[in-house]
Amino acid sequence: MTLNNSTGDVTGRIIPDRMRSSFARVLRSWETILIVVAILIFVTNSFLSPYFLNAWNLSDATFNFTEKALIAFAMAMLIIAGEIDLSVASIIALASTAMGLAMTAGAGVPVIVLTGIVTGLVCGVVNGALVAGLGLPSIVVTIGTMSLFRGLAFIILGDQAFNGYPKDLAFFGQGYVWWVISFELVLFAICAVIYWALLHRTTFGRAVYAIGNNATAAQFSGIRVDRVRFLLFLLTGLMSGIAAVCLTSRLGSTRPSIATGWELEIVTMVVLGGVSILGGSGSIPGVVLAAVIMGLVTFGFGLLNVPGIVMSIFLGLLLITVIALPRLLQRK
Amino acid sequence: MKPVLCLRGISKSFPGVKALSGVDLDLYPGEVTALIGENGAGKSTIVKVLTGIYQPDEGTIEFDGQPVRFPSADAAAKAGVTAIHQETVLFDDLSVAENIWLGHAPRTRWGLIDRMEMRKAAARLLESIGATLNPDARLGDLGIASRHMVAIARALSIEARVVVLDEPTAALSHQEIHELYELVEKLKAQGKAILFISHKFDEIFRIADRYTVFRDGQFVGSGKMTDVTEGQLVQMMVGRSVDQIFPARTRQTGEPVLTVAGYSHPTEFADIGFTLHRGEILGFYGLVGAGRSEVMQALFGITKPSKGAVRIEGQIRVIRSTTEAVAAGIVYVPEDRGRQGTVKGLPIFQNVTLPSLGAVSRGGFLRMSEEFALARSYTQRLDLRAAALDQDVGLLSGGNQQKVVIAKWLATKPRVIILDEPTKGIDIGSKAAVHAFMAELAAQGLAVIMVSSEIPEVLGMSDRVIVMREGRIVDEVEGDRMTPETLVRAAAGLAAAA
Amino acid sequence: MNIFKHREALLALAILASLGLIASRFPAFIQPASLANVINDSAPLMILGIGQVIVILTKCIDLSVAANLALTGMIAALMNGAGVPLPLILAAVVVIGAALGAVNGVLVWKVGIPSIVVTLGTMTIYRGIIFLLTDGKWVNAHEMTDGFKALPRLAILGLPVMSWVAVVLIAVFALVLTRTALGRAFYAVGGNPHAAVYAGLNVGRTQFWAFVISGALAGVTGYLWVARYAVAYVDIAGGFELDVVAACVIGGIAIAGGAGTIWGAVLGALFLGVIKNALPVVDISPFWQMAISGSAIILAVAFNTAKSRPKGRLILREATE
Repeated sequence: MTLNNSTGDVTGRIIPDRMRSSFARVLRSWETILIVVAILIFVTNSFLSPYFLNAWNLSDATFNFTEKALIAFAMAMLIIAGEIDLSVASIIALASTAMGLAMTAGAGVPVIVLTGIVTGLVCGVVNGALVAGLGLPSIVVTIGTMSLFRGLAFIILGDQAFNGYPKDLAFFGQGYVWWVISFELVLFAICAVIYWALLHRTTFGRAVYAIGNNATAAQFSGIRVDRVRFLLFLLTGLMSGIAAVCLTSRLGSTRPSIATGWELEIVTMVVLGGVSILGGSGSIPGVVLAAVIMGLVTFGFGLLNVPGIVMSIFLGLLLITVIALPRLLQRK
Repeated sequence: MKPVLCLRGISKSFPGVKALSGVDLDLYPGEVTALIGENGAGKSTIVKVLTGIYQPDEGTIEFDGQPVRFPSADAAAKAGVTAIHQETVLFDDLSVAENIWLGHAPRTRWGLIDRMEMRKAAARLLESIGATLNPDARLGDLGIASRHMVAIARALSIEARVVVLDEPTAALSHQEIHELYELVEKLKAQGKAILFISHKFDEIFRIADRYTVFRDGQFVGSGKMTDVTEGQLVQMMVGRSVDQIFPARTRQTGEPVLTVAGYSHPTEFADIGFTLHRGEILGFYGLVGAGRSEVMQALFGITKPSKGAVRIEGQIRVIRSTTEAVAAGIVYVPEDRGRQGTVKGLPIFQNVTLPSLGAVSRGGFLRMSEEFALARSYTQRLDLRAAALDQDVGLLSGGNQQKVVIAKWLATKPRVIILDEPTKGIDIGSKAAVHAFMAELAAQGLAVIMVSSEIPEVLGMSDRVIVMREGRIVDEVEGDRMTPETLVRAAAGLAAAA
Repeated sequence: MNIFKHREALLALAILASLGLIASRFPAFIQPASLANVINDSAPLMILGIGQVIVILTKCIDLSVAANLALTGMIAALMNGAGVPLPLILAAVVVIGAALGAVNGVLVWKVGIPSIVVTLGTMTIYRGIIFLLTDGKWVNAHEMTDGFKALPRLAILGLPVMSWVAVVLIAVFALVLTRTALGRAFYAVGGNPHAAVYAGLNVGRTQFWAFVISGALAGVTGYLWVARYAVAYVDIAGGFELDVVAACVIGGIAIAGGAGTIWGAVLGALFLGVIKNALPVVDISPFWQMAISGSAIILAVAFNTAKSRPKGRLILREATE
């Protein structure tokens, strides 16, 4: 049976769809702050170094963030849903190791690439099954699988390395699609659009926000909470596998220590992008901007011969400052 | 007699709301003062002012005739004011004794907590209020009534002179409520001034000596219980006379929609069987913890039953998840609105469309205009009061949040709607609106199950009432047998009156 | 009371069982000297574990401990090079460690940033500061005085000072957690923050002290680490923060706060220490260690979660009998 759905006997008062969208609200949004920060860094860099405003140099700079950003998109969705995956860098290590094994077994480029991606997916399935299937806390599970996945890479490789990947593999990490536009940059752009649509325009994305704000109420609203969580871990695994292909191709070799510490950089990128670490809010454009900012900072400091570690101080300070400032200002 | 605690002209504002405007409150030693008011009247705000959680914007607090300030919860506790409610001492992983003495435990010479002394003192306190609890028991292993005992023992341990009891009986069984009344008498005898907050009039008339009524953050009146009637109190609360609370409806039930048989769960309920018809409102009455919500949540796919069959319009349906329940046409409006009902942080329209995402999307992609259209039509039918549909649902009052939850389910075009304590914690105005709407739904042919612990509501709204006790159906009443006595006796396991 | 109800007892049994298993083939492993070595190797993990337990009890996490350790260790080495007497260095590492912890604590307490974000940031900042102090140069053994290097290795009653420091700190903080108001506040604040406010506790301030303690312990460990291994550079103890969290998880500390004991973290650290020391003995490549500890974390959390899963209300009379 259905209820009378005609609007003829409506007694309620008319509620407007939207509040007056104030210009001030847009101005104060996180993305706006990030754009301003990005422009400031861009301008400062171009004044500080004569080599900054060069198409090829800028193109090189994109390699600083593209691979991490690929994972950051999936990680952003995971964190919005109230979970976290600290094993992503270890998945890269294991996927890259698997690619090495495939190469050693004489596989061609398509099989090597597929091996990397599938390994990433399998790792995602493991995380997803432990968190969504068994109901374990994701932060602890992925600290565990972080050791486990990289541990497996160490068992396979020890202190050795895989070298001598086929020449054609290099395209994924070193190839250019057109002029200064690298394959990785194109992949980054495509994935940004896909993840933007997935998070902001689909029912799946809506479920992610609902779960992140109140998982119990989401379940009580007929959302398949555990399935969404499982799929999110699958996505981070998949993206880690794809990043592993790019990184392996770019470096041309696999060591078990590959991508060490990336998980924290990726989480930093996501949080810097305005995703609440407590879940429930955040956007893909924010993550894209954060990725660009981190790339610009890395590149700019590199041009100025500032060592990487000093750059990480800057990023650490940036992370704390951008989170602290709105909170401190709000208080007044 | 002189009051021990006097609040004068207390005001407190929050962004956009004036929660209290110039209210007065007096508490007398050895007497129970009932604080009465609808939700949103400012009761919980005044309790937070009293206990140092909030600082008043204006007004004075006098303790024993001396002006005082409570800049923190600690300061209020030290002065001898303590509150007992669901948020007080509840540290599951600490022992009973530790919960009682947290923050002011007896010390040894070395400055360490004297656990022996703490345990002994806890045992003494618990004995003085007639509680037989092991001081070493982990609090998390105790029931709600025992937790109240621990909270009260804590109040005694800080030698409180003012004790606030904030809806202490809300989650207690019949027997436990009686024990609590006895305890309140003991506290009175010890000369404590007690502020008692409750929605239950029978309770207020039974144990309170004085009353104070707030409405919309303002002081309405106060006096002795002996000088006032229930009707006068209700009038003070709502500011108008309430004579017809329940909508008049004619019973028109059609063919069976939901048939449940032999429905059982290993630990929660057994042998549940009933039939629900089109256009019917079926009441489920019982004491808190009788297993009513558990049955409903199993029907809704939250918990898994061990055996039994559910038929919808004659077809056997297996419901393993909420998604399958919604697909089968069963929806559930939960009792715990904040945790299970609304998704705070999401706007109103997204809360409404959450179970209907398939209907407002194409190939997984959402159609924003269809979302708004769906949300608009159902929130208007429920007379929702909100600034805009993209406003955060968490900013709405309890009654309006309940309307959002109901709108969300109506949008799925259900066959069966289960309402679990639908008017709990919402003001009288919204209550009437919810009742009227339930009647309308039934009149339109929806099958309605209403779980309620309020006898007037059960009797006023239901066509038939099923009474549950200890996980089983103990009685099914309709027609002339629908009297308060029948329900109470069946729920309490007493023999029917001769 | 059933002994199997206590995670600590179970974990102790698991450690004893693995020791027995190893000893059945390689008796040398349970020689006192060998066991003392296991304890000594686990000492830094145990000391940091104490601090991490306290922080996790209050519903926070401290990912900056290893960076704090590296920074205070480097400062100790630099002070030593500048001729500062050892007692002053020891006092300095505690104060500096505590100050670094206090930075985390203030950001959590006064600014209200989630601890995982704060410590993620400070961990990179602290390590970066080491670089700024040293330009990335190492402080090697020959640049350290003998007294500086000898203290952690000094044997008292067969155990080196490094182990004794761990033992004393464990005893002190076990007492603090069970027998002081602050100790119980850590549990209360993490177990139920709302109720803690009503009990007159200041949640933020309690978390602040947890970070200060964690920082001070990291400072102590910083000196011990640098002196024992006789080298200080930017990357010492890199990634060690995750080992510390792992020791806590294996020790049954609830990541959601409010539940767990110092002993859990100590046993968790010992468990990881036994594995690490046993692998070469039983002739398994040390490269297996990482995967084994990863599996141990997953098993431990699966076990803890299964045990703490809430039961139903048990409404039916026959179910309660």
